[in-house]
Formats: sequence, C-alpha cells, structure tokens
Amino acid sequence: MPRYTDVICSFCGTLCDDIEVSVEDNRIVDVKHACRIGTAKFLSSNDLEHRLLKPMVRKNGKLVEVSLEEAIERAAEILKNAVKPLLYGWSSTCCEAQSVGIELAEELGGVIDATVTVCHGPSVLAVHDAGYPGCTLGEVKNRADLIIYWGSNPMHGHPRHLSRYSIFPRGYFRERGQSDRELIVIDVRKTDTAKIANKFVRVNYGEDYELISALRKVVNGGELREESVAGVPKEEIIALAEKMMNCQFGVLFFGMGLTQSYGRHRNIDNAICLVRDLNVHTKFVMQPMRGHYNVVGFSEVLGWQAGFPYAVDFGRGFAWYNPGETTANDVLQRGECDAALVIASDPVSHFPRKSVEHLAKIPLVAIDIHPTPTTQIADVVIPSAIAGIEAEGTAYRMDSVPLRLRKVKEPPEGVLSDEEIMRRLLAKVRGEAPKLEVEAR
Amino acid sequence: MREVVLTPKEQPPYGLIAECISCDVFAGRSIEEIEALPVYYGNRQGKLGDFFDVAGEPADKAGELRIIIEGDVTKTRWIGRDMSAGEIVIKGSADMYVGAWMSGGRIVVEGDVGTFSGMQMRGGELHVKGSAGDYLGCSYRGEWRGMSGGRIVVEGNAGAEVGQNLNGGRIFVRGSVDTFAGVRMKKGLLVVGSAIDRVGAQMTGGAIVVLNGVQRLLPGFDPAGDVENPEIEGESFEGVFRKYTGDHAERNARGVLYIKV
Ligand code: SF4
Repeated sequence: MPRYTDVICSFCGTLCDDIEVSVEDNRIVDVKHACRIGTAKFLSSNDLEHRLLKPMVRKNGKLVEVSLEEAIERAAEILKNAVKPLLYGWSSTCCEAQSVGIELAEELGGVIDATVTVCHGPSVLAVHDAGYPGCTLGEVKNRADLIIYWGSNPMHGHPRHLSRYSIFPRGYFRERGQSDRELIVIDVRKTDTAKIANKFVRVNYGEDYELISALRKVVNGGELREESVAGVPKEEIIALAEKMMNCQFGVLFFGMGLTQSYGRHRNIDNAICLVRDLNVHTKFVMQPMRGHYNVVGFSEVLGWQAGFPYAVDFGRGFAWYNPGETTANDVLQRGECDAALVIASDPVSHFPRKSVEHLAKIPLVAIDIHPTPTTQIADVVIPSAIAGIEAEGTAYRMDSVPLRLRKVKEPPEGVLSDEEIMRRLLAKVRGEAPKLEVEAR
Repeated sequence: MREVVLTPKEQPPYGLIAECISCDVFAGRSIEEIEALPVYYGNRQGKLGDFFDVAGEPADKAGELRIIIEGDVTKTRWIGRDMSAGEIVIKGSADMYVGAWMSGGRIVVEGDVGTFSGMQMRGGELHVKGSAGDYLGCSYRGEWRGMSGGRIVVEGNAGAEVGQNLNGGRIFVRGSVDTFAGVRMKKGLLVVGSAIDRVGAQMTGGAIVVLNGVQRLLPGFDPAGDVENPEIEGESFEGVFRKYTGDHAERNARGVLYIKV
C-alpha cells in the first residue's frame, strides 16, 4: 500500500505541508495530520459519483457528452469569436495552469481575473498605496509574541493556522509555545477564535476604519477626544495601542471581515499604516488570511507575466490594469464581455445577481472537477483532475512561499489536469486563430 | 473658434476607448483624417468614423478648436485625455476617464461622467453639469501624487474617494459626495456640499470645505476654533466655519477641514 508523506493539502491558504496519505487501488484510504476540511477534500477524490467525468457541449439547449477533442474545439471557437472574452477563476488550481491561462488571455486579447477580486483584492489595492510590511509564517512561529486576528476566524476558515504557525507551536524564541504568546481577536462578533483569545475586542459593524484611525492617533502620540470609538472605550483603545507598541514581535492577521466590510481597501491601507507606525516602537508585521489555496499564486504568476496582480485587460495587446474597470464583476455588470471561461471556480453561486445574469446570457466554457451551478449553465464543460491529489503543480502559501503540490493517485480515466487542458485549448486557439483585425497599437 | 461636431452612432457594448477625442489630436487634421483616427473596443481596433459622424471645420491649433459631441456617449472612455488646449462640449453623458491627465483647455459635460474622471489632471477645467462617479480627480492605482492643477466643478453629486491623493488644483462638488472624500490628500482645495463620513481620511495637507454638513468625523480631526468669512486657498467663503486640523492618525498632518455651521 503506497504511503506518501509531506503531502501538501490543496484546500486553504495555510497550505499544510505535513500531510500523510495512504492509497490503495487508487483510492485514498487514510489521511493523517490534515484538519477535517482537508481530510474531506482528500477523501472526496474517491467519490466519482459527484465528479465530472465526461466533457460536454450544449446542443439544442441540453448538455450532451462529447469527446475531449470536440469540447476543446467548441471552447476554442467560442473564445476566438469573442470581442471581449473574460477568463475567470484560477485560485484553486496550480501556477502552471494559471501561467498557460494568462498566455491564452493575451493571445485572445481578453480580460483575466481571479477570485482575488472578491476576497483580498482590496488588500492588493492598499498595498499599491501603502506597501506591504509582511513576513513568512515561519517567522511568526519562531518570533511572534503578540498575535492579532482582525476580521478573521481561523478556527473555521484556516483550522490549522493556529496550531502550525501562530498561537500553539513552540518556536525558536518562543520555547513554551502558547504561554509565550498573547492572542487578541478584533471582530464584530465573538467568534470561536475569539473564545480562545486572551482578549477579544468587539468593534461596531462597519467602523473598523475609525478604530484603526484611533489606534494610529494614540501610537503616533496624539490624544483621543472621544470617550469611545467604534464602540470600543477610550481606555481599551489606549491599552491595546500600548500592548502593540510594547510587544517584541507583533503580527496582524486580517481577513475578509476587514477587506470586504465598509471601507474595504482603505481599511487595509489604514491598517498597513498602523503597522508602519508601530515599527517606530517595535517590530510589527501583517499578513492577509488568504482563502483559496493558490490565490496568492495567481497574483505571483500574473505579476511576472503581465506586471499586475489581478484584473488585467489585454484588449489592446498590452496589459492594462485598473480595478473598477477591468475587474470581473465590473466587466460583467456593465455587460461588456461577450464570452467567458471559468476554471476552478463557481461564480454563479458566489457573484452578485447582476453579474450572474450577464454570465447566463453569454457563451460560457467551464472547467472544473465536479458539477457546480456554473457548469450547469455552461455551454462547454471540461472535467479536470484535482491539483494536489491527482496532478502535480506549484502553489503559493498565503505568505507567498511556493510549495510543490504532489500527485498521490491517478485521475479518473480520460480526465486531464487543468494545465494540460489549458495547453490544448491554447494550441487550438493558436492553430486557427486569425490575427486581430488590425494589429494593436 | 472653429467647431468639429461628432454625432454618436451606435456605441459598442464592450466600451469604446476613444482617447483620440482631444483638441490636440484633432488639430491640423482634416475631417477625413479625423474620421480615420483609431479607437479600440475589446480586442478590436476601429475608426472614429465607425462610431461618430464627423462634420464641421477643423482648426490648425488645438486652442482654436471646439469639439462638440452631440448626445450621450455612455460607453465611450478617455475623452479629452492629455488635452492641453481647446474645448470639448459633451451634450450628454460620458463614460470613465473624461479629462484624465488633462493639462489645459476646457471640457464641459452637460450630463454625467463615469468613474476616474479628471484622473491626475494637471491644468485646465472640467465642468460637469450632472453628477460624477467614484474617484473624481483621483490618481492612478499606486500613484501617490494625484491631481496637481486645474479645476473640476460638478454641479450634481459625486461618488466615493473624490480627490483621492489630491496634490494641487481645486475640486468643487455642489451636491453630496460619498465616503472618503479627500482621502490621502496632500495639497490643494476640495469643496463639497455634504458628505457622509471619513472626510479627509489620512490627509496630510491641503484644505477641505464642507458646506452642508458631514454625518460623522474621524477621530483624527481636532477642533481649532471657529472662523468667519474665511479665505481658504485663495477662495473666499461666507458664513461661520468650524475649523479642524488633521488627520492626526498621520504623523505631522497639516490638513485643514472647514465645516460650515
Ligand atoms: S488548515 Fe487548510 S491547508 Fe491545512 S489541512 Fe486544513 S484545509 Fe488543509
């Protein structure tokens, strides 16, 4: 019975790299060290009933099974004929597939965007304005004595984040583990993470920005006039600011409670400035709690291929980036794209209604491992192998550390990896694609 | 002044990039040459004449030319980009980026303008009789020096982050503005009717005047007394204003906020 050690879990951005997997007759029979979500993902690869197994093309309004060749040909035709195709998804597949996808977007003169746009896109915009005082999770494990989670609930979203990197592990300078560290949770409600924290600060809904401003004012030597800001009493704000200034190595982990609440990228901008201010007094860093396991990878790959982290429009033959114009939801809601390819994502379930309405109107190619509402409305459906279980590849952990995903079992018969599907699609598009009507300037 | 009239035909749904609609580009070109100027939509390139009927009398110098757009062009972007002289009159509404990087001349819009209008303007005037979208007079992503000169007047309302990174120049919005007006502002003057909250967030310099009240102030603004009929950045205002300094979340902030009492 083959047994694999140091397998990477390709579920959340924590990207645990210590998983042990036993495989028998191409079935995963045992998973060690992963959390419940990770274990479920590994075991789900055994369940072929809930997988996509055959390529399909919509004919007379119904999805019918076809050969892979036919599905790729139809997909290429849809994309080639489009004036403004949108290529969306990418966060739950490996960098190699993303890389070919970006090449395809450039070849087509389309718009490419990833789920970054609906999670930490605001963090990216804030980094443009204020920089990125980050670190690796290894540094947190070995050095941090003050850990803050703001608008993030890792107990449920990233179950092993606490035990591998932040609160519980023993580190080089934190030999006693948890007793050498302090945990503060700032959130609008008492989450399960808040319940195990040394201190929980409840902030009024949608007033995170005000609280950060108040903290910054105190850290920078100013005096608060108000008795309370954002529902937090003045004394508590001052105590919190002092705690932050007096720690040895502080880290601020922030989640979508901060990026997607009122203020969005300005919340993060202000938080980055707070971390910058704190570095006058001590060592402080911050780290976004990235959700999908390779959402960071997409920004890295697009960064080195096109120079921008997400939402790139190749329409004129060069990369143009401006979230607000080139982001997937803006392009959809303004009714600008006339075809779409969705890979490893389910926007029909997660996008606002107006975006989905337009997605339903245009020809859609969906590549995924299992059926989703998106594959149901698609015109071409291509099944793919699960990266990190049935296919190899590279993924970036939330702290931008690249790790090699392993293949522990074979994909279902005839099912290719995302990378291979993208390669064949690109070749098909290239083989027959006429040049753009007129060369882009 | 000579006039060239553009009458819009059907606009492509993909958004039309027509940065050629500028007096600087039209100057010295014949009507036929203007019709042949490149425009872009999706992954295609077309000609200005495909989307507009072009008529009138072209001029040799940008300063001697007025371009009139007869009607709505709500899918057309970048009108008046980088313009240095002359005048554009849009008799309707336009899409994003009207007057971006403009350095002189004048653009008058009778309807509304979209997001990112007046981006990084350096001079000239943008006058909008309707309303403006988000990021009016902003900077491009990651650029910390926003609009540096010229004047934007909006008679209606404007969206979020008006005058983001403002680094000179003047913006006047008669109506209300959405959140974060004057965020990260460094220099210049921003005058708004009413505002919701977070006015002057992270500002380090310049002045903001609010004429009809703001719902909530940030903790980084400290009161600095009342002033009567003040002159602010060379403009006179009537009435009593409560003066604040800030945003003291920032170190050494020297911004000033005036709220009419
Ligand atoms: S914490 Fe995330 S990466 Fe680690 S095992 Fe659980 S789901 Fe997988």
